Order: sequence, then structure tokens, then C-alpha cells
Amino acid sequence: MNTMNSAIDQDVPVKDEPETRGGATFNDAELEGRTVGKPFADDPKFTLRDVEVFYGDARAIKGISLDIAKNEVIAFIGPSGCGKSTFLRCLNRMNDSIDICRVKGQLQLDGEDIYDAKRDVVELRARVGMVFQKPNPFPKSIYDNVAYGPRIHGLANRKSDLDDIVERSLRGAGLWNEVKDRLDSPGTGLSGGQQQRLCIARAIAVSPEVVLMDEPCSALDPIATARIEELIAELSQSYTIIIVTHSMQQAARVSDRTAYFHLGHLVEVNETNKVFTAPQHELTESYITGRFG
Amino acid sequence: MSNHEQAALVRQSLKRRYRKERRFRFYGILAIAIALAALVTLFADIIGKGYTGFIKTTMTLEVRFDPKTMYLEDATDKDAFSMADFKAPLLAALHDVVPEAGDSDDRDLGHLLSSYAANKVRDTLEADPSLLGKTQTMTFLVSDDVSVYVKHADDPNYSIQLSEKQQGWVDQLQERGIIQNSFNDVFFQNGDSRDPGHAGVLGAIVGSVLTMVVTLLLSFPIGVAAAIYLEEFAPQNKFTDFIEVNINNLAAVPSIIFGLLGLAVFINLFGLPRSVPLVGGLVLTLMTLPTIIISSRAAIKSVPPSIREAAEGIGASKMQVVLHHVLPLALPGMLTGSIIGMAQALGETAPLLLIGMVAFIVDVPSGFVDAATVLPVQIFLWAGSPELAFIERASAAIMVLLTFLIGMNALAIWLRRRLERRW
Repeated sequence: MNTMNSAIDQDVPVKDEPETRGGATFNDAELEGRTVGKPFADDPKFTLRDVEVFYGDARAIKGISLDIAKNEVIAFIGPSGCGKSTFLRCLNRMNDSIDICRVKGQLQLDGEDIYDAKRDVVELRARVGMVFQKPNPFPKSIYDNVAYGPRIHGLANRKSDLDDIVERSLRGAGLWNEVKDRLDSPGTGLSGGQQQRLCIARAIAVSPEVVLMDEPCSALDPIATARIEELIAELSQSYTIIIVTHSMQQAARVSDRTAYFHLGHLVEVNETNKVFTAPQHELTESYITGRFG
Repeated sequence: MSNHEQAALVRQSLKRRYRKERRFRFYGILAIAIALAALVTLFADIIGKGYTGFIKTTMTLEVRFDPKTMYLEDATDKDAFSMADFKAPLLAALHDVVPEAGDSDDRDLGHLLSSYAANKVRDTLEADPSLLGKTQTMTFLVSDDVSVYVKHADDPNYSIQLSEKQQGWVDQLQERGIIQNSFNDVFFQNGDSRDPGHAGVLGAIVGSVLTMVVTLLLSFPIGVAAAIYLEEFAPQNKFTDFIEVNINNLAAVPSIIFGLLGLAVFINLFGLPRSVPLVGGLVLTLMTLPTIIISSRAAIKSVPPSIREAAEGIGASKMQVVLHHVLPLALPGMLTGSIIGMAQALGETAPLLLIGMVAFIVDVPSGFVDAATVLPVQIFLWAGSPELAFIERASAAIMVLLTFLIGMNALAIWLRRRLERRW
């Protein structure tokens, strides 16, 4: 499964024509820069202004402005190909590895430019961790999976420090009790849900400030999904979490704010209960009531 | 159309589909059978012709170091020693075991033993001068003609050079156990020789090993580094496309061209010596590089991008992603490609002919700049030689070469299995 390409497949809008299925039609001019709700925050972790992303000539993200507050959980929802994953991957520059991808606009983490030429992407990713759609543990032991990040960043000089970090991270991911007796067995031998929690443990082992989650439950069964959602609630105490999801129920359960994306536009951002109970935009309403998507 | 009709149609087409499948399976089995038959024929032919190469024919004689017939009073006297007649004790010993031979048969009798037999007498006496005047039991290789007669008397492909009288002697000696067949250890202890009985593959094996060492040490690191750069770091532009096309083209260039290149560049331009494993290894490196680069790139490409993303996601630098994740996962594929490339190089003859590794070299090479030959070239040399006894040597050497090749391929499979378990 080529996740890099699939990211492109999902997020590049196939057509630039107005969406017609929902009954209402909007063209780019009617949506661009007209986000309704509360896109801005007082104490932002991320400050994003007029963000545009291009794949070659195709404009995948069409001028999005958004603040993401400290220690909030924000969910990105929207139909397939609406650009939510692309937008998420801009936040720790995971799009860098795609040659044809260009990012424009102002993207700041704690007031510092993410795409600045002097910005070290390695340092950025240590602060902004990521959990992917498909669990992707390294073909190494459970211990090494979690210890890898701290090792390469030199966070632990002694074995005992590293052991502490591994235990703390696995506890944080709610996996410690299940794997404490077999830390040396391969991470790929765990079940899907356990693998995804291992990936979360791996991401939080480097103590990031933000955790990006790109549909972290889409490959999991409902029980494993419930565990991850509990985990997100716990993690939200100490991390800023940005989660892309296809499940509106999930967004409703875990997030403080919800952002609705449509064909590369950010249509509406608001407190989650407001988005789901009293959407302000016609497109949002169509989507959450299941008229399209 | 009713459901019933439709079901009947499906049933009909099913029959046809199954027939097609059976036919296809039959073709597959047929293809494998043909390939296997060809392989069995090849091996049967080579082994049938060559197994005698692993057998040596020897004659055991009671040699009396008689000072009188040897014209040697004092074995420590260097001048006298160099003038002494070392054939005389052999002839005397032969007369002892073939009593019916008269004095006029000296020539025919002497012809039974290898021409190197007298050297052996001399060396033995030189090593232990006190043997002079004593009798010693010694084993000698017989001459080619006797050897061919003993091993291939019934084979119409071999012409027997012995006279009726000599054949009678040999039959009789063989019955009495004086002429015997045994495992040909000489074949694995000597380099090439003008005398088939003394010719061995050790020189060629050592030459091949030295050449392969040079090839491996150069082509594996260069090939892997090139593959990693092209796959991971190189920008996608016209220039890298051009390089890629050229690498693919180089893989298809006939090997003799690489030999010419080696001759022109390494020997004529850089002034490296001819016939040496170093130059052979360099030429084979050029030949093997495209194979290694292509297979290594394929191995790198097959590493799942999710692993790469995972590593990048926690802040591994490009180099760390490559070294910690891509390389370990791609290594089995890279090694398999490299070993297959090396096996190709091991069996390569044409480019080595051009850089002089086809010379007649008796000594076993002791270093990378010693004149040497390699197994396939040795086979080429022996197969083209007029003496019949060399033909079986060539077949035996082919078996040695095939053993090495099969061994290398087995190693490739083993390495692959072993390293892949870490997945």
C-alpha cells in the first residue's frame, strides 16, 4: 500500500467544478476566505493564514486561514478529496517528500514560520509528531520502536533513562500492561489496534507538543477504535491534537472544535457541539446530515 | 432470459473455462519438464565425461637408489647430483615388475611412467641423501597414454596410443595391483601443467577467488551507494534520467567490450600489469555494477513507504531514514542481486581473455598482482587443448566451477531467508 501516493489520490480534487450533489452549489469564489464560525483563537499553537497547496498545477488547498489553540483537540472532517489530509501534512512538512507539492501562505508554530528556509524539519517533526492512517510500526522489537525517536534525538543518555521513556510512553498509549512481558518481540506481531497504540507511543516518546493523527482508526475495529478514542481524551491533557477523521461520530466524541473541509476550502470551524447541532453553513449541514460525502 | 437458461449458459462456459485452465497447467508442466530434461542432460553429460578427471592412475614401485646406475657416488655433491641419471632406477624398477621385457624394450617401458617421475626420484633423494644405496617404495603417476588406456579402454572417443605389448604389461600390472586408480588429489593441489596428469585447478581456483574478492569489494559498496543516491537523494531531472538509461544500457553491453575497456584503461593507460586478478576484478566490477545497481534500486523501491513516513514522522533525518530503515529492509534484495551478479562474474571468460588472464600459468598466484588465471578461462584452455587427457580435466573443472556457482546461489537464498526473517 503506497500511502504517499494514496495521500495524493485522496486529496487532489479530481474536478474543479462546483459540487452539485448536495442540492446547493458553491463555486470557489463563494467559498474562498469565507470560513464561517470561529477559525481564530487567542492563544494559538498554530497560526495558519491563506494557506495554499499545489500538486503540480492543481490547487488542492485554496486559501485556508485557521488558528489551532494550545491543548485543544481539533477534528478535520469532510468528504474524500477535500484536502484535510493534505492540510494536516503541511503542519509537520510531511508533504516535503512529494516532489510536485508546493505550499504557499503563512504557517507558524508558536509564532515561528514552519516553511522558513532556515527551519530544521527534523526539529519541527520532533515537536509535531504524527500518527498515520495505517499502523506502521518498524520491523523491530516493541522496545526499539518506542526507543527509536528518543535515540535519534539523543533524549536519553543512559539505558535506564531510555527504559523510563519507553515505559512512560507505552503507559501513555495504554499498551504497557499488554506488552510489558514481551518488549523484545516484534512490533509487527501485535494486533492492528495494538500496533496503532504502539505508533502513538512511538510518537509521544519524543515528547512532542502537537500530535497529528491522520485517520488513526480507519483500519481498526470498533473496540480498538474505542481504545484509541479514550487515549486521545487522555492525551489531550498534555498535547495539542489534530485529528483527521471520516467518522463524524468520532469527531463528535473526541474533539473540542471541528473543522469542515470542502474541495480544498475550509467551510466552517466551530465548537464541536455547535457544528453538529447547529451548523451555520449549508454545505456543513448537508454533509453532517448525510446528504453527500 | 430465465434463470434456468442463464444457469445452463454459465455451466457451459464453466466447462470451457476449466478446459482452458487444464490446458494452461499442462503447458506449464511441459515447460518445466523440458527445462528439467535439459538440465539433467547437461549434468549427466558433464558428470559422465568429467568424473574420470577426479581419478588419478598411479604405479607403485620399489625404487633402489643404485649409485652405480645413477652415476652418483655422493648424493650431497651438487655437481655430481646435477649430472646423475635419475631415470635409471625407475627403469630398473620397471624391469623388476615386468620381467618379460627385454633390454630393447627400455623405451616402451619408460613410457609407462609420467615424464615427471624422474623429477620425483631426484627430489626425494635431494631431500634425504642418505637414501642412496637403499630401496624405497614410491608411487608415481603413470603417463597420459597409460592413464587414458586404464580409464577409457572401451570408449571409442578416446584413441589408445599404447602398443599391444604395452597394453599387455599394463593389464598385467593392474591385475597385480601395481597400477591403481585413486582420488585425484593432485588436481586440487597443482596449478596448470603441460602434463595432464599434473595439471590441477588450484591455481585457477585461487585466481578466481582473488578476482572475486576484488570484484566484491569494489562492486558491492559502489553499486549500493550509487543505488541509494539515485533512489533517495538524486533530484528527478533530465540528467538522472540520462544516468538511469545508461545504467540499464550498460547491463546489456556484451562482456567482451568491458574486456577491451579494461585493456585500454587499466593496462594501457594506468599501466597495471597484465594477467593479474586486480585488473580482472576491476573489469568484472565494471561488468557487475549495472546488475547490482539495478537490483539494489529495485530492493530500495520495494521498501514500504509507510516505514519511511513513520521514520520521517518522528524526525529522522534523510540519512537516518536510509541507514536505519531502508537499508536493513532492502539488504536481502541487494545481497541476492549482488551474489547473482558475482556468480555471473565468476563464470565470465571473454573479458578476461583480453586482459591476458588466458596465459599459461603454472604457479598458484599468491597475491592480487600475481599472474593468474580463473576457472572458466582454465576450462577454455583445457577444452581447446589437443591432448585427450585434458578433456576430462576440463569437464572436471566445469564441475568444480558449477559447484562454486551452486554454492553461491545457495548462499544467496540462505542469506535472503535469514535476513528476511527480521521483517
